[in-house]
Amino acid sequence: MRAAEDRDPAGLGTARAIGFVAPALLLVGLFLVFPALWTLYIGITDYQLTGPAAAEPSVVGLDNFATALDDPLFANSLWLTALFVLGSAVVGQNVLGFALAWLLRRVRPALRRTVEGFVLLAWILPGPVVAYLWFAVLSRDGGTLGLLLGRPETAWLVEYPMVSLIVFNIWRGTAFSLLLYTSALAAVPPSHLETARLAGAGGWQTVRDVVFPHIRGHVLTNTLLISLWTANDFTPFLLTAGGPNHESEVLPVLIYRQALESGQLGYASAMSLLLLFGNLVVALVYLRLLRRRA
Amino acid sequence: MRRTTIVLLSVAGLLAGCLGQPRGADPERNADVKDVTLTITANAVAGGKNARGADWIINWVIPRFTEEQKAKGVNATVRFEQNGAGDEDFKTKVALDFKTGGGGDIVELDGIWLGEFAQAGHVRPLDDVVGKSEVDAWDGWRQIPDAVQGLGEFDGRRYGVPMGTDGRVLFYNKKLFARAGLPTDWQPRSWDDVLDTAAKLKALPGVVPLQLNAGTAMGEATTMQGVLPALAGTGTTVHENGKWQGATAGLEDVLALYQRVYRDGLGDPVLQQEAKGRDRSFALFAENRIGILLESDYFWRSVVEPRTGVARMADRDTAVGWALIPAREPGAGVGGQDFVSMSGGGVRVINPNTQYPRQAWELMRFLNSAEAVKSALAGAAQVTQRTDVNDEVLAGDPMLGFVAERVLPITRYRPGLADYPKVSAALQQATADVVAGRSPDEAARSYHDALVKAVGEDAVAGG
Repeated sequence: MRAAEDRDPAGLGTARAIGFVAPALLLVGLFLVFPALWTLYIGITDYQLTGPAAAEPSVVGLDNFATALDDPLFANSLWLTALFVLGSAVVGQNVLGFALAWLLRRVRPALRRTVEGFVLLAWILPGPVVAYLWFAVLSRDGGTLGLLLGRPETAWLVEYPMVSLIVFNIWRGTAFSLLLYTSALAAVPPSHLETARLAGAGGWQTVRDVVFPHIRGHVLTNTLLISLWTANDFTPFLLTAGGPNHESEVLPVLIYRQALESGQLGYASAMSLLLLFGNLVVALVYLRLLRRRA
Repeated sequence: MRRTTIVLLSVAGLLAGCLGQPRGADPERNADVKDVTLTITANAVAGGKNARGADWIINWVIPRFTEEQKAKGVNATVRFEQNGAGDEDFKTKVALDFKTGGGGDIVELDGIWLGEFAQAGHVRPLDDVVGKSEVDAWDGWRQIPDAVQGLGEFDGRRYGVPMGTDGRVLFYNKKLFARAGLPTDWQPRSWDDVLDTAAKLKALPGVVPLQLNAGTAMGEATTMQGVLPALAGTGTTVHENGKWQGATAGLEDVLALYQRVYRDGLGDPVLQQEAKGRDRSFALFAENRIGILLESDYFWRSVVEPRTGVARMADRDTAVGWALIPAREPGAGVGGQDFVSMSGGGVRVINPNTQYPRQAWELMRFLNSAEAVKSALAGAAQVTQRTDVNDEVLAGDPMLGFVAERVLPITRYRPGLADYPKVSAALQQATADVVAGRSPDEAARSYHDALVKAVGEDAVAGG
């Protein structure tokens, strides 16, 4: 009797259990497993959008991966992606999100709600709308930023493409970190903060020695999520299209351009696999850090 | 373990079956049905890009054709799928449409895409899609000059019906010329002439003297309105004797020309690197802020056109001048010519996936009838595919008359080969490098390497 319960704790029986998970498995298979295998397969062919290889693609094995690793454009874009993730997510959104959450802790609720509302707005607006707004801000034809700084003719997106993208992404993505840290800070026992204050700890000391140990898990989770989102973010394409001359061509943009503009579907699939692999490595590192804490 | 292998193999086999598509269908299918739905896809949108073409399809083609069919007892519904995208984006979209078995029944393409689309099996010869006897029976072919018909052919087979052709010239702003004390009746004889004139225009504040399309952001516009006319001016075309031009002397001259334009401040290098640079060059010209611009007659017809253009110039007829593109020096051009140009043009193809091939061909003939071609012009002029229409309409427009009489006899067409887009992309990158400050030598070398990688060592000349 006990053995049977161990094998079937829900008491459904095998057939019904399969019936229950089947829809979910089907969806996962259709939208996750199949595309992943499909990408894997295309990645080892010379499949193209047009031309003879579109009609009769042939398997080229690992050539695409070798080409990518040897391609200066790929190296360039790997470096830019790292810069983008580090600058805008790991440092930018993290620090700004935490700073806002920390500072907004004790202000009047009305002010806090207002600030949070604006930060959230940047997050929930659709990408193309946001891109259009930033185009207007950074335009060299009397863009807002140029006018404010007295340099109305500066083409920010051409002269400082990566800086523009990083600032843009910090602005766009800080909301998530702000929300997460706001709730994390609520979990820090007020008595600890009070003790720190009585012991004469300054603001930074309190954050470092009292708050941080409590929210370390949150910091890691947050950093993991925003790193992965940023590494896969396609919005840079809307602002600079990878230009000028590949100076802001982060990996998703490079993959898109290779796949659809140059029509190299096979090559681009191989590169997206490499991106996926990179993401996995980053995720593993974070998970290890998390586990060490536990 | 063995079971895993079997599963993996069968998955791979399943996937392999999905790449590429089964081809070949009956031209007779649905030939006699009474309810027909046809879709026309074009990169034209009412109130935006190519608005005149869009308005024509909506207001003229669809009602007339529906009516004509009704008289025959056929209930035809014609839809128009409008697009207002950049040429490269439109190409991507259409290629994906074809690839996935969708897309309009009649699709307007740039003639230069035909080769790669045909090789991919996205489009098929008209003979196969609608039947040879049907195609040959059309009397319209006689009105289309052979050179223009070539735009719709690949490997000697007809894939579509051309929509006319165009020519490239140097457009210049006569008002700026007058302000700089230059004669407003201008015809340069050499590259130096052009550069000297541009140097004089530089004295005008806020004016970009000479914009020569460059860089990758503009896509094919860089090749067609920049590199290729310049290359023709050095006496070669991009594909000669079965080989693509690598780092040849001609190509280095072209890149040196780019360097002179952009290093000496005659052109605006930033404009060439912006995501929407070409649209901006149109707007700047219309605002009297660009002196000389190498463009196709499309610029005259659809950009600065005073009523429906995307960057209207109310005083176009008096303010915009045009001149033949000179060779590097007189006689140095391709074929020993003093002046050169490049031409292209659109092509309408029938989607091989269409449910109604016979009716689509009927709509195609309708779109290319003399009456329809004339009405598409809506009183404006354009070098159309039909000689009978051209004879009638070009007399009224000095610019297009100039293209028909002076440009078309000296022009060249791009090679309709599937590798061309890769070569074109490499050429764009070479100009981008020069604009960004690299030396022509260096840019030519990396171009050569990229070309060898793209098309193979044997197919490249020079270096």
